[in-house]
Amino acid sequence: MNVHLKVWRQAGPAAPGGLVDYTATGVSADMSFLEMLDSVNETLIARGEDPIAFASDCREGICGTFGVMVDGRPHGPDPCTTVCQLHMRRYNDGDTIVIEPWQARAFPLIKDLVVDRTAFDTIIQAGGYTSVNTGGAQDANAILIPKTVADEAMDSAQCIGCGACVAGCKNASAALFTSAKITHLSLLPQGQMEAPTRVVAMIEAMDTSGFGGCSNEGECEAVCPKGISLKNIATMNREYRKALFANR
Amino acid sequence: MTLDPKIPSGPLSDKWDRHRFDSKLVSPANRRKHTVIIVGTGLAGASAAASLGELGYNVLSFCIHDSPRRAHSIAAQGGINAAKNYQNDGDSIYRLFYDTIKGGDYRSREANVYRLAQTSVNIIDQCVAQGVPFAREYGGQLDNRSFGGAQVSRTFYARGQTGQQLLLGAYQSMMRQVAKGSVTMFAQREMLDVVLIDGKARGIICRNLVTGQLERYVADAVCLATGGYGTAYYLSTNAINSNVTAAWRAHKRGAYFANPCFTQIHPTCIPVSGDDQSKLTLMSESLRNDGRVWVPKNAGDKRPASEIPEAERDYYLERKYPSFGNLVPRDVASRNSKAVCDEGRGVGDSGLAVFLDFQNAIDRLGHATVAGRYGNLFDMYKKITDEDPYTVPMRIYPAIHYTMGGLWVDYNLMSTVPGLHVLGEANFSDHGANRLGASALMQGLADGYFVIPYTLAHYIASTPVEKATTDHAAFAESEDNVQSRIDRLLSVKGSKTPRALHRELGHLLWDEVGMSRTEAGLKRALARIPELREEFWQNVSVPGDANNLNKNLEYAGRVADYLEFGELLALDALHRTESCGGHFREESQTPDGEAKRDDDHFAYAAAWEFQGVGKTHELHKEQFVFENVKPTQRSYK
Repeated sequence: MNVHLKVWRQAGPAAPGGLVDYTATGVSADMSFLEMLDSVNETLIARGEDPIAFASDCREGICGTFGVMVDGRPHGPDPCTTVCQLHMRRYNDGDTIVIEPWQARAFPLIKDLVVDRTAFDTIIQAGGYTSVNTGGAQDANAILIPKTVADEAMDSAQCIGCGACVAGCKNASAALFTSAKITHLSLLPQGQMEAPTRVVAMIEAMDTSGFGGCSNEGECEAVCPKGISLKNIATMNREYRKALFANR
Repeated sequence: MTLDPKIPSGPLSDKWDRHRFDSKLVSPANRRKHTVIIVGTGLAGASAAASLGELGYNVLSFCIHDSPRRAHSIAAQGGINAAKNYQNDGDSIYRLFYDTIKGGDYRSREANVYRLAQTSVNIIDQCVAQGVPFAREYGGQLDNRSFGGAQVSRTFYARGQTGQQLLLGAYQSMMRQVAKGSVTMFAQREMLDVVLIDGKARGIICRNLVTGQLERYVADAVCLATGGYGTAYYLSTNAINSNVTAAWRAHKRGAYFANPCFTQIHPTCIPVSGDDQSKLTLMSESLRNDGRVWVPKNAGDKRPASEIPEAERDYYLERKYPSFGNLVPRDVASRNSKAVCDEGRGVGDSGLAVFLDFQNAIDRLGHATVAGRYGNLFDMYKKITDEDPYTVPMRIYPAIHYTMGGLWVDYNLMSTVPGLHVLGEANFSDHGANRLGASALMQGLADGYFVIPYTLAHYIASTPVEKATTDHAAFAESEDNVQSRIDRLLSVKGSKTPRALHRELGHLLWDEVGMSRTEAGLKRALARIPELREEFWQNVSVPGDANNLNKNLEYAGRVADYLEFGELLALDALHRTESCGGHFREESQTPDGEAKRDDDHFAYAAAWEFQGVGKTHELHKEQFVFENVKPTQRSYK
């Protein structure tokens, strides 16, 4: 099949950008979305033209590298699916697909579909860890954690840091990303000790990195490829209030 | 040069303790004055950066991605081994050591493997302290499973995302050090050369992938944790950005490359669907715990699985290996898949696949239990193939997955270039000719958390280095080298894409240096690779310039390196006329078609010294001495 693409091209952060039309020809149903983009780039490169810049890595939906808006929706049409796991059998011959980069002040554009998500690292640096040095840890089974709690922590911990929650939010808020890490660590006994300082520091880092505020509308949850629940944000808010009182 | 593995003396179980005591220390007050470069932020690199940062060294960490959390360790699914013996099922440090040595087909160093087994228990403690959400029993204790043919349950896991959770644990620890200022993070940097001063590794040249600028960094020592070279085969389960460039450039500066022909082909991957495919997806080995592998008894039987009666199915692994059945090691499982497909009994459109059937497990355990164990893998399979593994057997086929070979290192993880240390998959040391399941995560973290902090301290404390800055002539020479290679790539202006050339090399390597290798085939590969390399430099197309983000330029540079490295891969496979582990030479097999080792002639690591592109490498041998285990022919019957 052939599909028509409208792809955001922008040479650099300061350069003007716009949608450019391409046609991907000979697309097979088994191709992934990225392989379809690869094939467009192959044609461009063979002609000596600048290929569309995008970053991808594992192509299995776990590294979080590749993320774009597909027809206005982060990661495309399928729920709980990264766009690298979207396959072209989802489309019909002659369809038009609009592909754009994440748009958020905290994620400045680098080129075409590639944005800079360093702000997520900054949020983790503010407290997204337990303060234990290598060596000297007690026996692993000395810390008992109920299975249900461990499972719940894992639900939050499986965030891949792709940024879809920010891109899907009208405020470009990083509340879902931030709250997932806060929830993961606050559920576990290992993370309790620092829970009050962590939540305050991470929220402050989120705010100063240029992300917007959360107005609790749930677009983030709807577009999260890993199904991270909105409950994480409620947990974060509760932890934040607890911390404020605890600090008094 | 004779290769000195620097194995400590004394009984096996005391070597590491004794070595740690004999190693020199750097006092806490002085550590800040020593700069260490760590390239790569996977499990090995991130755990090393975090640990060395905590100790107080000035750590410079480099990664090719936009964030260190994206390294390919993140994709590991199944789990991590540790000799905790929590299940009281007969495990011990010695048993993990023995299984690993035996699984590696007796082509690894006893002392290294024993140390790996010893430190495995600390890794789990450390990761739990970090808050890694491992799977738990209802009583709150850690859950274990048996993995990859082990007869004990020693594998710890976090759903099907163990690599992700371990990497995030290491990444978070590293981010803590970034916040404290002891680790400085340089993301979006690709290392393109190691800089040597007075014969010692003192820095690197890297390209800032966003601005395109070449940058110089100086240090007292350099650690490479840049992963394996599976992507040389084009299609593999490795990530798109995984590559051999850092290791290869270090090799060209004097680091010997050991046992490159030891490549692991994973038996349970989703089969290739077409020419446009860019990568292969692994289905975790844990699936073989409950899935049964079969093909039709008769060649050419193209009926759907549901129409093939039980009597006409051949559960060939259960038939040939009654005691291990579907859980035979990866190399054995992969070769058997190839064998039945070569007989014309492969399934699917391509005939290059076998069934992995869960019907039996669903009948026995129920849909819910199977979904609980493998749900995310089944979903992933369905997304890719559009088939539902709950009702239709999965189709699987082997694919390149991991590389046991790598830069040669001694017991201290130091390469043949003084000061250049190599960690994780990038080194050759612990897995011999075949890696056991759930051992890669273990090795990466052992090297980074528990080995390098000791051995690097010893190197720094015992090796005086002259004061140097990036103005040193060695940096200028190195940068010129890198720059001229980039200029050359851009100036060809041909008509073939790097991908097309990479694909051609990959097909060649898969056919001739893949699951089964012959003298004639390897000679064909050795004749063809220089032609492909020539074609690359005559006709590659790299549009754009070097002054901004240019993914195709990055990729072209890596393909150029595969085209040099591939030749060494084939050369090593040609020289090793025995079969062992993942390296199967058709000329060397037992009457029933199993790999036949030749301990009299090949019980050594082949460490190759670079002599120039297109020139034959010089072979150095490190003889393996087995004082504790007696090499036997592996049997999984």
